[in-house]
Amino acid sequence: MNTYEHSVFLDREKCNGCTTCLRHCPTEAIRIRDNHAVINEQRCIDCGECIRICPNKAKKAVYSRFDVLDKFKWCIALPAPALYAQFDNLDEVERVRNGLLKIGFQDVFEVAAAAELVSAYTRMYLKTEGIKKPVISSACPVVMRLISLRYPSLKDNILQMLPPVEIAAMLARKSAKEQHPELSDEDIGIIFISPCPGKVSYVKNGFGDYESKVDAVISISDVYFRLINEMKPDETVETTPNFGKIGIGWAKSGGECSALLNEDYLAADGIENVNRILDQIENGNIPKLEFIELNACTGGCVGGVMTVQNPFIAKARLQSLRKYLPVSQNSVSDSPYIPEDYFFGSFPKYTPISRLSESRAESMRMMADIQKLREMLPGIDCGSCGAPNCRAFAEDVVRKTANKNDCIIMMRPEIKKYLEAKEEENDG
Amino acid sequence: MSEVLNFHFVVDGEDFTSAGQASIKVKKNLRQLGISPETIRKVSIAMYEGEINMVIHARGGVADVNVAEDYVEIVLADKGPGIKDIEKAMQEGYSTAPDSVRSLGFGAGMGLPNMKRYTDYMNIESVVGEGTTITMRVNIE
Repeated sequence: MNTYEHSVFLDREKCNGCTTCLRHCPTEAIRIRDNHAVINEQRCIDCGECIRICPNKAKKAVYSRFDVLDKFKWCIALPAPALYAQFDNLDEVERVRNGLLKIGFQDVFEVAAAAELVSAYTRMYLKTEGIKKPVISSACPVVMRLISLRYPSLKDNILQMLPPVEIAAMLARKSAKEQHPELSDEDIGIIFISPCPGKVSYVKNGFGDYESKVDAVISISDVYFRLINEMKPDETVETTPNFGKIGIGWAKSGGECSALLNEDYLAADGIENVNRILDQIENGNIPKLEFIELNACTGGCVGGVMTVQNPFIAKARLQSLRKYLPVSQNSVSDSPYIPEDYFFGSFPKYTPISRLSESRAESMRMMADIQKLREMLPGIDCGSCGAPNCRAFAEDVVRKTANKNDCIIMMRPEIKKYLEAKEEENDG
Repeated sequence: MSEVLNFHFVVDGEDFTSAGQASIKVKKNLRQLGISPETIRKVSIAMYEGEINMVIHARGGVADVNVAEDYVEIVLADKGPGIKDIEKAMQEGYSTAPDSVRSLGFGAGMGLPNMKRYTDYMNIESVVGEGTTITMRVNIE
């Protein structure tokens, strides 16, 4: 049974079945049925490509509405590093913190601060004897789901540490309870301000045995429009930031890597490139590297579909923000080990979702049928049948989720025959 | 089950960017057959090395993957220069790849040794001036 809760959904009213998303879905999870897109929940990795690409804005991300804050007495905002890159002329990152306190949060715990801890511990982790290299970053939830579904043999390469947002959630709750012993666990709401639906799914579903410590996820774009009204450029800022260049750098592709103070790394972004790198690691066709950072969105988290700003402009803004920040504000020099609760435990169990049948003999027969059918199909990948390409269509037909007659190209001679017969009828 | 399923690929010569495409396609097919991730990984490493070899030394060739009940067989056939000394070619670090190829990071002399390491059976038939056919098998489970 598949009980994975997704955060990408379809507004049926707006979808006209145009096939654009069909062809851009990296896991071929979409089919067009009855003139509407249908998402295969087992295959969807919540990458948001279809949201980005849909010309009718029919694909949407699901996240909590801002009034989720009303559910808690003490709301702690966990701003993603990408939030700071959204604003024009932001001179001090602390304005964002002040703004968050004004729009309804009781406290703020920067994910960028937790990211600096993860960076410091990753440097320690890479020195662990016997770990499988290259180590693959665990920060992007979409990449994690992709690996669990398609590249299970790489699971031992994954950094066994939780992503910064989860560390931030844990530390935020701990410090709130220390500072306000009168608060009960239910009073505290840990609210992540996210750039992407991938994080929403991660929070809903956890990871393997790990249950997320975040209580709700809201979008950067929702928060952005509330914040700009409250962030006054002339106001004096009294606090100093809790994070530095390293923490805020996590907002863009390459930021996590550069914090490792090591040259043997690679950073790839954009889901197609991520797939290519994962295939190469699996084939053993990769140079000797210590660390691989992969982000499903182009540009990294600033490219998330729940942000406001163009990712390239966001990256440019990060550069000017970083200039005035110290390198890092969070060190782990007093700790000889990575704390036990920074690890996620077990990797999600592999489910062979693309398997044709539970019996291999039957799968072989079905594969032979697919091969036969593929030879008959036109191979032009037009999408009119509702499948992303002729190969996927052949699979659907053999799996009995589509009918061979749905291929209009193959039906052409039939239609011609029918029309000729009709013409003769009329003439006669 | 005596039937054997065949996947046939043409490996384009002198095209490093597309080299490895066949092994990626095979992975997808094997996943659909419900083959275990570990077996798939072995097949894909061995096949990738073979594909690259054909591109470097023989201007391409053909790759056939045969899936039987208890093994996956990879047959790589080319009409390249052939291997003069198979024993030597099997040694780690031994390579006859030209410098132009080495500068791309290939030709480290690990191709054939890796193919042997990741497979349960390997046979090389080669005639100098005529070509090479390599047959490899990875047992299933």
